[in-house]
Amino acid sequence: MALTPVLTAHWDDPKSFEIESYKKYGGYVALKKALKMTPDEVIGVVKDSGLRGRGGAGFPTGMKWSFVPQNDGKPHYLVVNADESEPGACKDIPLMLANPHSLIEGIIIASYAIRANHAFIYIRGEVPHAIRRVMNAVEQAVADGLLGKNIQGSGFDLNIVVHAGAGAYICGEETALLDSLEGRRGQPRLKPPFPAVAGLYASPTVVNNVETLASVPSIVLNGADWFKSMGTEKSPGFKLFAVSGHVNRPGIFEAALGTPMSELLDYAGGMRKGSKLKFWIPGGSSVPMLTPDHIDIPMTYEDLSAAGTMLGTGTPMMFDQTTSVVKAVTRWLEFYKHESCGKCTPCREGTFWITGVLEKFEHGKGKEEELALIDDVCGQIAGRSFCALGDAAATPFPSAMKYFADEFREATRISADASFPPSATTIFDKAGV
Amino acid sequence: MSIKVISEEDIKTLETLAAKYPERRSALLPMLHYVQSIQGMVSPAGIQVCAQVLDLTPAEVAAVATFYTMYKRFPMGKHHIGVCTNTMCALLGGDELWKELTNTLGIGHDETTADGLFTLERIECQAACTVAPVVTVNWEFMDSMNPKSLRELIDKLKLGAPVQSTRGIKITSIAETGKVLAGINDGKYEESPLADDSMLAGLRVAQERKMKAPAAKGAQ
Amino acid sequence: MTLTSDNKQTNTKTLITATIDGIQVQVPKGTLIIRAAERMGTFVPRFCDHPSLAPVAACRMCLVEIEGMPKPQPSCAIPLTEGMVVKTQMTSEVAEKAQAGVMEFLLINHPLDCPVCDKGGECPLQNQAMTAGRAESRFEIEKRTFPKPIELSTEILLDRERCVECARCTRFSEEIAGDPFIELLERGANQQVGIATDEPFNSYFSGNTVQICPVGALTSSAYRFRARPFDLVSVPTTCEHCASGCSLRTDYRRETVMRRLAWEDPAVNEDWNCDKGRFAFGYLKTNRLTQPKVRKKDGNQVDALWPDAIDFAAKGLREANGKVAVLLGGRLTLEDAYAYSKFARLALSTNDIDFRNRVNSAEELNFLASAVAGDAGTVTYADLEKAENVVLVNFEPEEESPIIFLRLRKAAAKGKIKVLAIAPYLSRGLEKIDAEVIATKPGDEAKVLRGLKIAKNSIILVGERAAATLGTLSAVIEVAEKTESKLAWIPRRAGERGAIEVGVLPNLLPGGRPVIDSGARSEVGAIWGVNGSDIPSKPGRTHSEIVQAALNGEIKALIIAGLDVLDAPDPQALSEAINSVDFVVTLGIQENSLTRYANVSLPVAPVTEKSGTFINWEGRPRPFGRAITSTNALTDARVLAMIAESLGHDFGLQTIEEIRQELSSFGTWMGTKVDKPKVDAIGARNTSGNNVILSTWNLLLDDGALQKGEEHLAGTQRPVVAHLSEKTAQAQQLENGEKINISNDRGSITAKLEIIEMVNDVVWIPANNHDSKVKSKLGAKEGDVVTIKKGGL
Repeated sequence: MALTPVLTAHWDDPKSFEIESYKKYGGYVALKKALKMTPDEVIGVVKDSGLRGRGGAGFPTGMKWSFVPQNDGKPHYLVVNADESEPGACKDIPLMLANPHSLIEGIIIASYAIRANHAFIYIRGEVPHAIRRVMNAVEQAVADGLLGKNIQGSGFDLNIVVHAGAGAYICGEETALLDSLEGRRGQPRLKPPFPAVAGLYASPTVVNNVETLASVPSIVLNGADWFKSMGTEKSPGFKLFAVSGHVNRPGIFEAALGTPMSELLDYAGGMRKGSKLKFWIPGGSSVPMLTPDHIDIPMTYEDLSAAGTMLGTGTPMMFDQTTSVVKAVTRWLEFYKHESCGKCTPCREGTFWITGVLEKFEHGKGKEEELALIDDVCGQIAGRSFCALGDAAATPFPSAMKYFADEFREATRISADASFPPSATTIFDKAGV
Repeated sequence: MSIKVISEEDIKTLETLAAKYPERRSALLPMLHYVQSIQGMVSPAGIQVCAQVLDLTPAEVAAVATFYTMYKRFPMGKHHIGVCTNTMCALLGGDELWKELTNTLGIGHDETTADGLFTLERIECQAACTVAPVVTVNWEFMDSMNPKSLRELIDKLKLGAPVQSTRGIKITSIAETGKVLAGINDGKYEESPLADDSMLAGLRVAQERKMKAPAAKGAQ
Repeated sequence: MTLTSDNKQTNTKTLITATIDGIQVQVPKGTLIIRAAERMGTFVPRFCDHPSLAPVAACRMCLVEIEGMPKPQPSCAIPLTEGMVVKTQMTSEVAEKAQAGVMEFLLINHPLDCPVCDKGGECPLQNQAMTAGRAESRFEIEKRTFPKPIELSTEILLDRERCVECARCTRFSEEIAGDPFIELLERGANQQVGIATDEPFNSYFSGNTVQICPVGALTSSAYRFRARPFDLVSVPTTCEHCASGCSLRTDYRRETVMRRLAWEDPAVNEDWNCDKGRFAFGYLKTNRLTQPKVRKKDGNQVDALWPDAIDFAAKGLREANGKVAVLLGGRLTLEDAYAYSKFARLALSTNDIDFRNRVNSAEELNFLASAVAGDAGTVTYADLEKAENVVLVNFEPEEESPIIFLRLRKAAAKGKIKVLAIAPYLSRGLEKIDAEVIATKPGDEAKVLRGLKIAKNSIILVGERAAATLGTLSAVIEVAEKTESKLAWIPRRAGERGAIEVGVLPNLLPGGRPVIDSGARSEVGAIWGVNGSDIPSKPGRTHSEIVQAALNGEIKALIIAGLDVLDAPDPQALSEAINSVDFVVTLGIQENSLTRYANVSLPVAPVTEKSGTFINWEGRPRPFGRAITSTNALTDARVLAMIAESLGHDFGLQTIEEIRQELSSFGTWMGTKVDKPKVDAIGARNTSGNNVILSTWNLLLDDGALQKGEEHLAGTQRPVVAHLSEKTAQAQQLENGEKINISNDRGSITAKLEIIEMVNDVVWIPANNHDSKVKSKLGAKEGDVVTIKKGGL
């Protein structure tokens, strides 16, 4: 396997975010090509490529587009999910900072394919730097005749609105995002109807992740076969892997799907000096953790699923032996408690309860029998909550218990900070552990 | 702290925000960002104004304003300082930075210093784990912080000395950020520094090891 | 008389077959699993689910197992489909466990205050905790606490600790009432119901949220801590306030009404009622008359024994020597109204009887006799729900008949109805039913209506206020006929429609029979056991004519009942009339300014202490039983029977059964009706300078007599404002928010000006709120000219 810079290929250009720079490297050529195709042909190419959503769920993108009813007389909308907030995920925001035009081009092509004349980029509010770059990219594209009325003489109109969120992880859930974009509380909607039929303003809507859309121009330009020449049959193409944690060179590594973690870790310079991988999470806090034993598993949807976890956002978090699993899990649960929207009982009350008990463990005050209680409570959330946030919240603890039950038992006596001194876990001393 | 009144001019701005969307209510989040940028908080008056512009009840607006963490019901200081204490940042140093900061400033979560300069918040994951631990100033990132760089940051902000965000702009104030979030482009997109090491990590390895994505059939 | 029957619901929907708990069920396509299970007798526990609200599947209590689905599914949100195999908690361990889990979650933060909670004993959470809950809590950390209670309005209180976040209340307020003044605030475990800082939950329908709250989170100031559900006796009753005709449940304890609830009635009020119907029963305890009183020669009123009081009344009436008239209000039950009708004709030999103690006209008299009496069921609630075009004339549904409002709003939510309103401005209520307003000056209604393009087969709803402007009711009939539209007249009071049907009008006998028709008189005479010729044939005097006749001595005695002087079109004139006659008999439940004038004041039973029937605006009988049985309060009919006997008449009507029996023998009048009114409209009055036309109507919650004694409810009245258009305000240099003065030669009213989009040269003020008492202060009616100027000095 190898690194395959496509999206990141020109991020080292000092003006990588400007339209001239983007065009210099072949930007917006795919758009011209797409506009000469019929919308259904564009959907066909994306379908053929096997591109799967990069936001976490991995749903085939072309299929999602094809669900939008045609000739229904209603306006269609494309909504970009740029609400990247999953703990561990950090690839969409850098992409929008470094190369917003790849997203804009993807949006125009996708909108053309699904016959949408309005697109919205919903960016979490905490990243003004990315918002500025995207707003600027939209303005540049408008000035260049790539957005607006009759784009490139094709007769296709598109207007993009850049919309900032205001701090709510749940808005990454596509129906919550739509409610939020409609100026409401970001609580998930009852499905059906699905967004493809009744999404934004009750009209057919496609919600796509940033990386997904940014991947589209290269597929349209180079063809489905080119895309499929990377990755595996079920997980074709390239992917931004953002590797974080106790590694020497944390960052974004664009590689073919199927690249094993061991290889990515090598690109990331290995674990920091004196450090040993203790556990890792392949794709955000919502997916179960793995151990060094799993490090050679190909990073694909199917292989990780077979290993009992998920590719998720494809942003591995690597933790070494200095890390308190108890503390890590507690923080994630505090996060889910903070971000639970409150709509459904299991998630709202369950995260409140589990977090309260876990905090005792973090301080060395848990009771042994409470481990079974937390596990049971997780079981009462998983599969019973309204949306996937509940399932996600019910994930870290059972998965940590699978490998580190002893550590939780120790936390009935010793605090996390005593067992695992923060001074060793922090990376302030760049020399290593 | 006296709170600025929302002016007729501001209401006109709110109207233009509402006009950007096929359905006006979609502008509520940007509008709340805007009234917060004027008043340093989402006040009952701010809620009332948004309700009037969008023909909603104040309760409907309050329901939205209280749902999102970034809207504050208390007046913020000039700078909003966020410390990420979600797992990755916390472990890699965020917890220590938080301790440092609360000690230095003498305030806790969602509190403001007496001089009105800083409001402190424990924040959730900022999607910047590769540059953990992260501190934000007015939501502009300060990457890979340590106690020393944090102390320097605070000292500079106290003195009003220039501070450059590692991903964003030269620090101004939380009020200015609010306007950008409202959708008003401040044109400062070039102020962000070049892509950092973490963003270029993979590309550099690829360049070093001469790795490339496969060429397209028929491509040169 | 003909009475409406419920339209049989013909179900043309396809049936689907599925299996629930191993039993095959057939239900119409689209039936939710939770309802299908209910049909076969299996109650799936639920909190957020409510049959009249859109499903949200938020509480997750109703999870069931569906074959082929990996996770348990919310039965409240999923329709049963062909061949679906569902297992509820009765047969599925998965479902049972899921439900037990949710129950545990709901209880971890719930306070253990059932013993002091109003809901205790009728609480779905409590009940379901008994079946699906654990005996011992596993929750050992600190519970979430909130300061409590908080006032959402003066009437509705919220205890956030008890709330299970089912959002029934907020969904009701938005979906049904259109009053999103309460909302879910905050997020996650901190999520809570609340109001905005400056706007309380002043919705006319707020009480419904207390009723549908599945826990004790919402309580009413009126009932809070007053009783335990298991100490209450519940009886079905009918609301006595307006002509909507809501079914209610009255709960009483030790002969005192403790609370009233909406009683489900799909044909009328569905699951809801308004706050007036729910909370305004404090009058039952306010200044109640319990003892007959007679005025002695020295002028003092003294308590009297019933036989003496009756004899005294009979003597006075006899002495008036045929110059007696009967003035009634619009709140009598059908049975009591009938007794007055019969009493006037038989015992007093007069047609001088009128229930219209409000703005009225001779035109209206003919309108009621020709287009309303005997036409029951022309328009029903169901008709409104499926109507495509509805025209409102002088009628503000939310203020004047709130259940019609809810039905129109339901229709509007479906998006098929188009409502046109002839009104001076788009009121809040009209806005909530997506009505289009044809901005009209009072007086111009007839002209505007005739000029309007109205679709064929529309429904025209005309309010009782139409009587204020000459020609409107004539135009309504004309336009309805021309467009083949159905017409319904909407009175404000519960007893008006019934009073028409039993002939409490100077031109009608029971069953819509014209008094001038000898055939009609013979039919009535036959039932009454007298000759038709014994029934006076000349149309009697109207309310206003009776008042006039009393003032000039042509009427010597008055029987007055069920009437508040302040409701009269001209309270001052009525008071003078009562003062000027020789003899006054009043029948009433309360001591008031009227009883103090009486020569004989006779206490009668309020609705809670008698059986009766109200006929709602549809013409639908709404019978109710006696809630409180231990008092000896007599019905008006019983009292009239005693007086009639004392006057030497064989009156009958001793019991409610006897009255109903007699009423049922009238049948439908097949003869000629009274002629339809054909009155030319004179149009809106001319105005100039600071003279403008008055527009006014009664708000649902105002200072009406039957709302006395309930200060919490009064606290939710809409604020008093005067409305002017911008142009009209500017012409007088009046500014938004300032106090203005509305006056005529009688008096003046001061109100805060709220400039709105409305017809020019018109001022609108509420009819009877706080300082804005149009009748008693101005003696004016809609369409009159008043003067506006800067006020508050």
